[in-house]
This record gives sequence, structure tokens and C-alpha cells, in this order.
Amino acid sequence: MTSLVILDFDATGIKQPARSAVAAAAKLGGEVHALISGANVGDIPAAAAKIPGLTKILVADDAALTHELAETTAALIVALAPGYSHIFQAASAAGKNAIPRAAALLDVQVLSDISDVIDADTFVRPIYAGNALATVKSSDSKKLLTVRASSFDPVPAEGGSATIETITVSGIEQKSKYLGSELSKSERPELTAAKIIVSGGRGMQNGENFTKLIDPVADKLGAAVGASRAAVDAGYVPNDYQVGQTGKIVAPQLYIAIGISGAIQHLAGMKDSKVIVAINKDEDAPIFQVADYGLVGDLFTILPELEKAL
Amino acid sequence: MKLLVAVKRVVDYNVKVRVKSDKTGVETAGVKMSMNPFDEIAVEEAIRLKEKGIATEIVAVSIGVTQAQETIRTALAMGADRGVLVETDVAVEPLAVAKLLKAVAEKEGAELVILGKQAIDDDMNATGQMLAALLGWPQGTFASKVEIAAGKATVTREVDGGLETLELNLPAVITADLRLNEPRYASLPNIMKARKKPIDILKPADLNVDVTPRLTIISVAEPPGRKAGIKVADVATLVDKLRNEAKVI
Ligand SMILES: Cc1cc2nc3c(=O)[nH]c(=O)nc-3n(C[C@H](O)[C@H](O)[C@H](O)COP(=O)(O)OP(=O)(O)OC[C@H]3O[C@@H](n4cnc5c(N)ncnc54)[C@H](O)[C@@H]3O)c2cc1C
Ligand SMILES: Nc1ncnc2c1ncn2[C@@H]1O[C@H](COP(=O)(O)O)[C@@H](O)[C@H]1O
Repeated sequence: MTSLVILDFDATGIKQPARSAVAAAAKLGGEVHALISGANVGDIPAAAAKIPGLTKILVADDAALTHELAETTAALIVALAPGYSHIFQAASAAGKNAIPRAAALLDVQVLSDISDVIDADTFVRPIYAGNALATVKSSDSKKLLTVRASSFDPVPAEGGSATIETITVSGIEQKSKYLGSELSKSERPELTAAKIIVSGGRGMQNGENFTKLIDPVADKLGAAVGASRAAVDAGYVPNDYQVGQTGKIVAPQLYIAIGISGAIQHLAGMKDSKVIVAINKDEDAPIFQVADYGLVGDLFTILPELEKAL
Repeated sequence: MKLLVAVKRVVDYNVKVRVKSDKTGVETAGVKMSMNPFDEIAVEEAIRLKEKGIATEIVAVSIGVTQAQETIRTALAMGADRGVLVETDVAVEPLAVAKLLKAVAEKEGAELVILGKQAIDDDMNATGQMLAALLGWPQGTFASKVEIAAGKATVTREVDGGLETLELNLPAVITADLRLNEPRYASLPNIMKARKKPIDILKPADLNVDVTPRLTIISVAEPPGRKAGIKVADVATLVDKLRNEAKVI
């Protein structure tokens, strides 16, 4: 039983959710290899080799693998699949895109967004926006899985010494072409790796209020900034701020929900946070049912006070 | 260009689902069922492509129990032209759904298939990707903008860091994210008209697809609950609690 973990990375290094995926694979108990797939990967493989628990890093460095296109990544996974019993990737945008595609090519039913590993065939995954946890057993001879990063403590970044092996890629047909991206720039920690998250909802009223009232609080706390779907749909903040069933799933030490009512789809993305604070003017808002500390009142007076008190 | 949209019948998104006491699943008896919200967005996008003169015909496909016809009717009332129900009582998984959709897409000669990005019951987020794989077509998942011209689809996608734009050669598969559009409500005259639109009913065997599940449900459990904590009187108390009681700041 050997597992392969596809590691998510960017120019700044290997992403924390990728180390959670390694933790999920490690729970199986077998040998764990990792794949770095991309173009001009630089010193990423060397960083991967230091992740404890990995014994081998496969490196596919090819122009055809740039921008994590699902078609090319899936083809690569299929080529490597014979050597592995389990293939994991974080349930990142890239993982959710490529892993199901690879699974279909291998005639395997993918296991999406697993939150626990029971044994080599049995896994737990949240369904119905996390309102139920299904324990499912796969009869496929090979498993392809995406991993809910917030459910597995990431393995450390340092301490291991895996070998590095370069692999060559050939005959990948390009059916899609990357045209460009509009990535939100931020000095803040990423939502999926942040220890503290300050999130705003429709109650914020506009994007300026995020900048004026939430950013200073987040700055004091070294926190990431998140949002409800309503705040994103209204254009207050970019799409990648969305926390929830269909946005980012987070479980920080502290989650502060401001002007967010607490719809089940939002709770689905944050209710595993260690400590939840809710600030809302409606004392009956459902968010208070999951909050450890609730403060009823007008966010426009509370947030400046909070910033001063921190 | 003929276009397929996949519509799934799911527990309505407003329903607070309950786990059955015997832990075999969630309670669905007497529960309101609706079209998966992402599929409404997929149908809306298809209709807009038809209104722009890009799509010539829209076929709404659902896989599931007899009552899934109601879901197809909703799509027809919004503006789809025809329906196909692949009828089965099996709780079909994304791989089987993808195989059935592939068979229908080939039979219909579709050049574009639009699905929702995720069904809000199984939360798999997989069927579109699996369908694209089986057809050997490119995929534009989590789409927030779609443009079709000159045999290509330009798709803006919601990714972890923001937005990304891809160009796909047609035929292709697209999955709809929340901000692709705002689905219309069906008007009463259109609901009436939809009653006369045809729905073909097939069985998985007619399409030579084995829908036997690969996953066995061992148990379905309630997640560990979270209790409401306390309400604090003011900001000073909140900060004190976070510092000295919860010790998170
Ligand atoms: C398929 C589907 C998927 C979805 N996915 C997600 C998802 O991933 N994430 C997500 O968040 N939502 C998601 N939603 C939407 C979800 O159902 C809710 O509509 C959304 O979360 C509501 O956002 P909100 O709490 O900001 O807005 P509202 O529900 O409008 O709440 C605003 C809150 O702000 C409070 N408020 C207003 N003014 C003030 C003030 N001055 N001071 C203090 N409090 C104030 C109000 O009391 C209220 O509680 C999804 C919905 C569907 C159908
Ligand atoms: N039984 C089904 N019938 C029709 N469409 C489906 C079915 N299951 C999944 N789909 C489509 O696939 C999308 C993603 O579903 P899933 O992969 O299950 O999250 C849905 O939004 C639908 O468009």
C-alpha cells in the first residue's frame, strides 16, 4: 500500500492544505510519496523533501503542466496511478478540479472532501453542508480522494528527508488554454491557513466598511479576512473571501463573524472553528447558537471600540 | 449548437436536514424537494445562450426517481426545450451519473454540457469533471462567466486566490458557480407551456450503463454539536474573555 499526494504550491512555497493532505495519507500507515507538478518549479521539490513522512518526491516539471490545468494534471495522475493504492490532494480549487477527472479516467468513484480516514477502504465525509457525516466504504481497487484540510492537522514543514525523482511527461494533448487570472492581492494570511479570521456579512453594507472597520481589527490580530456569500455577491469583497458550504472551509483558533446571520451554508464553512465570536444587532440571529461569545449590538459602534481595545 | 443541462432533485436548501435515528441516511420523507440551486444557475446560463442565438436547443436531463420529472418540468418552465429522465431508484453516484450523461450527450449530439458545480445533498463536486473526462472534453469548472464564440468557450473560474480565465475548445463541459447569473423565475404562462413540452424516459439499461454504487454507506451520523456559549455585555468583556479565558488572542 503506497499513497501519492499531489502537493498544492505557489511561488511562495508549499501550501498548508497540502500538508493536511499528507497527514490524511499518513493516517493509512503505508508509504507516502508526493508529486510536484508544474512548470519551472524551482526549489519547491527540495522543500517538499523536507516534509516529514514523505519518502519520495516525484517532480514533473514541464511547460505543459503550467497553471494546473485539470486535463493535463489528470492525465499525469492516470500515468502514475498503477504504482499507487491511494491518491490524495487537498480539496483546493485545483484538487477539486483534477482529482475527479482522474478518477473517472480510472473508472473509480472519487471520495470528495474527506474529513477522516478509518481504514484503507473506509472514510468519513461531510454531506448536506456538514449537517451529516457519512462513513463510506469504497469497493474500488484504487481510491482517489480530496481532503478537507481543516479536519487534519498539517504535518510539519521540516524534519523529513525524502528522495527526489524527476519524471518526464509526454503526449499530453492541450484542449484548454490558460488566458490569465485576477488574483486578489493581500498581505494577510490565507483563509485556509489563518489562526484568526475576521469575517463580515451583509451587515457591513459596503466594501468601504470592510476596509474602514474590519481591516484595522484584522491588522491588530494578524488575522485573515473572510465574508459571507451575501457580502461577496453584493461585491463588497472578492469571491475568494467566501466562507461556507461552497466557499472555503476553515477551522481557525478564532473566528469572528460580524453582521453575518449564520445561515447553514455559512456555518458549514466555519463551525469547526475552536472559538467563535458573533457580533450582530439581532439577538435572535442563528449565528449566536454556535458562538462561544456573542455581542449584541451595532457593528458600526462595536468595531471601532474593538480595534481600540486590542 | 445543442446544449445539455443536468438538473438534480435534492432536498430544498432551506430545509434543516435531520439524520435518521437508525443512521442509514437523512430523513427525506415529507421533506420539500427542489432543483439543486447550482443547476438553476446552469439552466439560466443555457437559456441565455439560446437567447443570444448561440444554442439552438436545450435538453434538461435528470437521473433519479420518477418524481425527478418535476425537476425537469421546472427547467422546461424556465425555458429548456425538452427533457430526458433516466429513471432509477438507485442512489446514483457521480461516476454513474457521468456515464449516463455521456450516453445522453452522445445520443443527442450535444456540443456543450452545463452542470451545477456541486449537488447540495452529497456535496461531491465531481460529476462535471467526471463527465468531461469520460467524453474526453475540456472542462471549465466553477464558472462565474461564460462566453462562446468561434468554436471556443471562454470561461472565468472562481479559484482559491480569485478568478482565472480559460479558453476551451468545444465541445466542452462547464460547471456553474454561484455568481454566474441570477436564475429567473418561471412565469405562469411558461409553467403552463412547459406541461406540453416532451420528456423522454429511459432506463440506465437502455444506455448500457451499470449504475451499481461503488460506495457503501456504513453509517450517517449527526456531527458533534456546538452549544451556544454566553452573551457578553461589552467589548471590554469580550476582549478580556478572549485573552484570559479562551486564550486565543
Ligand atoms: C446553494 C447555496 C450555497 C450557498 N453557499 C454559501 C456559502 O458558501 N457561504 C455563505 O456565507 N453563504 C452561502 N449561501 C447563502 C446563505 O444561504 C445566506 O444567504 C448568506 O450566508 C447570508 O449572508 P449574511 O449572513 O451576510 O446576510 P444576512 O442573512 O442578510 O444577514 C445579515 C446580518 O447582519 C446583521 N446586521 C445588519 N446590520 C447590522 C449592524 N449594523 N450591526 C450588527 N449586525 C448587523 C443582521 O442582523 C443579519 O443577521 C449559499 C446559498 C445557497 C442557496
Ligand atoms: N442525479 C443527477 N441528475 C442530474 N444531474 C445530476 C445528478 N447528480 C449530479 N448531477 C449534476 O452534477 C452536478 C454536480 O453534482 P455532484 O458532483 O454530485 O456534486 C449537479 O449540480 C448536477 O448538475
